[in-house]
Amino acid sequence: MNEYNFTEDQLMIRDLARQIAEDKIRPVRAELDEKDEFPEEIIKILADSDLFAIFVPEEYGGLGGGAMELCIATEELSKVCGGVAVSYAASGLGAFPIILFGSDEQKKKFLPAIASGEKIAAFGLTEPNAGSDVGGMETTAEKDGDDYNLNGNKIFITNGGVADIYTIIAMTNKSRGARGASAIVVEKGMDGFDFGKKEDKMGIRATVTRELVFEDCRVPAENLLKREGLGFIVAMKTFDKSRPGIGAQAVGIAQGSINEAVEYASQRIQFGQPVSSFQAVRHMIANMSTKTEAARNLVYHAARMVDSGVKNISKISAMSKLFASDVAMEVTTNALQIFGGSGYMKEYPAEKFMRDAKITQIYEGTNQIQRDVIGLKVIKENKSGKKK
Amino acid sequence: MNIVVCIKQVPDTTDVKINPETNTLIREGVDSIINPFDTYAIEEGLRIKEKLGGEVIVMTMGPPQAESVLREALSMGCGEAILLTDRNFAGADTWATSYTLSRGIKKIGEVDLIICGKQAIDGDTAQVGPGIAEMLDIPCITYTGKIKDIDENGFTALRMTESGHNVIKSPLPALITVVKEINEPRMPSLRGKMNAKKADITHYTAADLACNLESIGQLGSPTVVRKIFAPPAKGKGEIFKGEPADTAEKLAAELKDKGIV
Repeated sequence: MNEYNFTEDQLMIRDLARQIAEDKIRPVRAELDEKDEFPEEIIKILADSDLFAIFVPEEYGGLGGGAMELCIATEELSKVCGGVAVSYAASGLGAFPIILFGSDEQKKKFLPAIASGEKIAAFGLTEPNAGSDVGGMETTAEKDGDDYNLNGNKIFITNGGVADIYTIIAMTNKSRGARGASAIVVEKGMDGFDFGKKEDKMGIRATVTRELVFEDCRVPAENLLKREGLGFIVAMKTFDKSRPGIGAQAVGIAQGSINEAVEYASQRIQFGQPVSSFQAVRHMIANMSTKTEAARNLVYHAARMVDSGVKNISKISAMSKLFASDVAMEVTTNALQIFGGSGYMKEYPAEKFMRDAKITQIYEGTNQIQRDVIGLKVIKENKSGKKK
Repeated sequence: MNIVVCIKQVPDTTDVKINPETNTLIREGVDSIINPFDTYAIEEGLRIKEKLGGEVIVMTMGPPQAESVLREALSMGCGEAILLTDRNFAGADTWATSYTLSRGIKKIGEVDLIICGKQAIDGDTAQVGPGIAEMLDIPCITYTGKIKDIDENGFTALRMTESGHNVIKSPLPALITVVKEINEPRMPSLRGKMNAKKADITHYTAADLACNLESIGQLGSPTVVRKIFAPPAKGKGEIFKGEPADTAEKLAAELKDKGIV
C-alpha cells in the first residue's frame, strides 16, 4: 500500500500534476500573481496532459475519475499556485451539474470538450443580493416558446469571460422562492450574454473573477438541466461534490507554504545556527504539518465518500472544506512568521500563500455556512438516533 | 517519415557520486532520468511526425532498467520503443555505443531521420550522434537549433555556433543532434502514460543485431579511463544587487581588489 492508498492511476495523476506545477508553474507564479489574469498557457498544458479528463466519465470523453482525482490534481497545483489551481478546478465545478443532472444528450454535447480542455466550464450562482441565501436571487429565466429568456447579473464568477460553458442558476418561478430556481447551461457567444466588471482580488490572482450580465439572453429550453424548480438542489449537490476540492486546494496551499518555510528555516542562520534548529520554530513546523496532514486525510475521506455514491455527503463534504481552509489560513500565517521580515516581502512566496489561503474560508459557502450545514445535520442525526 | 530518436538514461546529476577506488559513477540508489538534451530530440521528432506523418521510434542501449526512460518517451507520444540490451554491450565507450546503435537502426530498416540530443549530461562527449552517422555513412548536422522546410527529400537546418549559425541544406536520410533552443519539450499526457505503462518494448540482443562481438561493449571500446575525480568545490560566489551602473562599479572594484584585472 502506498501512503494514501492511491490507485496506480491516481499516483500517475499526482506525479504528472506535480511535474507540471514544478516545471511550468513555479517559474512564472510571481508573474501570474502580478499580472492578475487567466493563465492561458498553463491551462493549455494541463489540457494537453489530459488533466481536464480526470473528472469526466469515460463514455463522454473523460478518463472516468471523480472528486478524488480532481482533489489530487488540485492539491498538487495548489502547492505551487492556488490561483492556477482554481482556474483549473472551476472547470470541474462548472461540469459537475451537467455530470450529475444532465441528460445523455446534454452530456454528449458539453462534456467531451470540457474533458479535452478545449472548452472551460464555469458555475454561476452568486449575485449582489444572493450568495449563501439563494432565496434572494434576482436573475430570472422566463420560458418563452422554445427558449428561456434570461435577465440579471451574476458576480464573482471564477473563469467568467474565459469559460465557454456556464451552468447558471436562475429563477423560473420567483413566487416559489428557492423551489422556483432552475439550472440552465448557457454558452459564451449567445445573444444577450455579456461580461461585466473584472474583480481586482487580494489573492488567487492567477484566475479571472468576473461578472456575468444577461440582458434578454435567449437560451434554448433543451439547455435546462433535469427540470424546472431543481436549481437549488443542483447547486447544493454540486457543492457537496466540489467542496472537498476546495479542501484540497487549501491543503495544497498549506503544504506549499510549509515546504517553503522549512527550506527557508534550514538556510536562515541566526545566532550561528539555522533557525530550524530552534525549538520555537521546530514546534511550529510540527504543528503546521500535523494539522495539514489531518486536513488532507479528511479531504481524501470526503472525496472518496463523494465518489462512492453514498447519499448523505453534505456533512462530511462541508467538514472537509471547513477544516482544511481554517488550517490553511493558520498554517500560511505561521509559515510567513517563520520567514520573519522576509516573509512580509513580495520577494518570497510566503505572503502569496497567505493571500491565496483566505479565499478558501469564503467561497463555495463561507465557513459560517459550513458550520450551519454541519451543526444542523449533527442535531438531526442525533434526534433520529444516528449518533456517532 | 520514419524517425528514430536515440536517448540515454543518465543519473539525476544533482546527486552524482564517484567511487574513488574504481573511478566509476555510483549508480546505485541514484534516480535515472532521460538525458535532458534528448527530450528536445524527442519533441522535435514528434513535431516533424505531426507535420508530415510517419512514426517516431525511440531507442536506447542499456540494461533492462532502461525501459523506464523508454516508457517516459512513449508517454510523450513516441509510437514504438526499442531497447538494445545484452551483457556483451556493457562497458561500451562512445565508439562501441555508436556502432551498437547504428546496428539497431539498420535492423529497423527504412529510416529517414535520426535525432539525438547534442550530448549526454553524464559523459558530455557529444560523440555518439556523429559516430552513428559515420557508421551509417549519412550526413550529420550537429548543434541543430532549428529545422526549416522539411519534406521527404530533405531539409534546411540552422546549426548553432558560438558566433552565430550556419544554414545547412541536407538530403535524407540524415542524422541531427539538437540543442535546447530548438523547442520546448511537451509534458507527458495521462493517456500517454497509461498507454506507455502497458506498451510492449522490443528487446534486441547482440545476436539479433548481428553485431561483430569485437566491436561492442568493453571489448570493442578503444577508450581507456585512467582516472575520474570530482572537481574541487568552487568558492562561494557573490551576487551584487542593485542598479546596473552601481553593481558594475562594485564588480570592477572587487576584481581590481583581488588583482584579477
